[in-house]
Amino acid sequence: MTEPVISVQNLTRRFGDFVAVDHINFEVGRGEIVGYLGPNGSGKTTTIRMLLGLLRPSDGHATVLGFDVARQSEEVRLRVGYMSQKFAIYDDLTTLENLTFYGGVYGVTDKARIQHTLELVGLKGHENTLTGDMSTGWRQRLSLGIALVHEPKLLFLDEPTSGVDPTARRAFWDLIYELAEGGVTILVTTHYMDEAEYCERVGVMRDGKLLAMDTPTNLKKTIITGNVWEVFALPLERGVEILSALSGVERVGLAGDHLRVISQRVEKETLENALRVENITVEKIERGEPTLEDVFLALAR
Amino acid sequence: MADFLVQANGLKKYFDNVHAVDGVDLNVRAGEIYGLVGSDGAGKTTAIRLLVGALLPNAGSVNICGYDVFTQTEQARATIGYLSQRFSMYEDLTVLENIRFFAEIRGLSSSEWLPRSMEILEFVGLGKFKDRLAGQLSGGMKQKLGLASALVTRPRLLLLDEPTTGVDPVTRQDFWQLVIKLVSGEDGVSVIISTPYMDEASRCHRVGFMKAGKIIAEDSPSNLRARLNGRVMELRGEPLNTLRHIAHHDPDVEDVAAFGDKLHLRVKENAADRILARLPVEIEAQNARLISLRLIPPALEDVFIALSESNMESEVA
Repeated sequence: MTEPVISVQNLTRRFGDFVAVDHINFEVGRGEIVGYLGPNGSGKTTTIRMLLGLLRPSDGHATVLGFDVARQSEEVRLRVGYMSQKFAIYDDLTTLENLTFYGGVYGVTDKARIQHTLELVGLKGHENTLTGDMSTGWRQRLSLGIALVHEPKLLFLDEPTSGVDPTARRAFWDLIYELAEGGVTILVTTHYMDEAEYCERVGVMRDGKLLAMDTPTNLKKTIITGNVWEVFALPLERGVEILSALSGVERVGLAGDHLRVISQRVEKETLENALRVENITVEKIERGEPTLEDVFLALAR
Repeated sequence: MADFLVQANGLKKYFDNVHAVDGVDLNVRAGEIYGLVGSDGAGKTTAIRLLVGALLPNAGSVNICGYDVFTQTEQARATIGYLSQRFSMYEDLTVLENIRFFAEIRGLSSSEWLPRSMEILEFVGLGKFKDRLAGQLSGGMKQKLGLASALVTRPRLLLLDEPTTGVDPVTRQDFWQLVIKLVSGEDGVSVIISTPYMDEASRCHRVGFMKAGKIIAEDSPSNLRARLNGRVMELRGEPLNTLRHIAHHDPDVEDVAAFGDKLHLRVKENAADRILARLPVEIEAQNARLISLRLIPPALEDVFIALSESNMESEVA
């Protein structure tokens, strides 16, 4: 049996009376890509800091790559990589110089290893580019390279593709999938559903508790048990008021040029009639697909 | 045409040799939410700064509510509310004092600013917090204060430059509900919003995809998605990596993207039937397991990626 890369049992952290992380449990296996979502202040960062051995748990227990995070934090940090959106890259150094510098911090002086890392993140040929002149997408690749130079077995990514377009995001995630295929385990925190959709499993936190952790498909199925209706009707705002007041409707949201309604038992005809009676023009009502954002809003409210 | 609140023609802005904005036309109606979508460096922020008259263009014109932004700057600006990416507020002033400051520098008299400020603070949900120091607000509340400050002069056009960067989905949802209320109200405010995220783009009435200073496609989210109808398939099965390699090698598959527990394939036009016949056989031959293979509605992300690959441009445009 293979041992999980991350194993968390009743992990808890209090700051005074405030319980930032409240008895959470989960496991992550080798080569898995897991997303970790939650509103600001829900305990995501506190969890990661405990897993990195930067903060002692108040209660419970966690192991990373077989090491106890509280007692063997040095061992943990040698084997994990961390990429943050706010990562400091030296703008007046080149790609290669940045990578060499950060390699040195981890005791990596092997030139071949540094070259290999450059290749891995697709920056071969850009060794001598000043990083200040690079696009956000390229800088993110360099940040990833810096997090990978010591060949970690576990990688923490904090909003890794913040600010880039879908093309750059796709290219970045292709790299992540290759790493995972090679056995690296990935834990991603993000506020963006565009990013969360790429994860194999997604956990949602609120008020220090881990409310759910499952595949995006299963979360959509188990958390959003009702139907999703896309309602094109005018005026929109009156539409929201009327449908929100309708018994059996769980959520009504404005979605730009239409309304998004989630309900277990209210059918299309009922929605349409409720609007028509109030003289709302109904253009069309279509069935929609649940999204990860629906899941997030259902859990995090 | 009178029904456009914003009309920009042939806008160009160069910084040395960089063509930050390279020939942009933009027409936005009253009550419309227009999304400028693209990565950092695509030219979104420069375009917005040209629209508010904060930058002078190398070429082109901007007309807002009938005023030329570069010759009638003051009149044009009086119609605009602008929330920049790095909205600054005075952290040692209260919420109400901050709004008052913005109201007064925009010329609102003392009899006007207070009722207007209270109305706006109620609208964004900060009424209860009017006496709290701005420095003690949460991220989401700061963002709402920024929005309130931009709205205090009753603008007809609201420009939002990546307003939800770093904001969690619950707060973002609240923020969007406010924006949509603004445009669907009686006054019919227009909104131009920039974002790199497709989940935000899909909430706009119309979206312009920006790349290298140009708008490479512009339409409603549903029309943009329709451009790839019949060309996006979802593949599920195990092991996913084997399926990925099989799909990559199929001659009718243009792009393969892994999404957690499934793959999305972009396929050539009219190729879906051939793939439905061929892939299951191939998957079985390689001892992998197929769970499902089906056509799915395209997402905006699929369209953006297809458009970005230059050889696709003519095909989906």
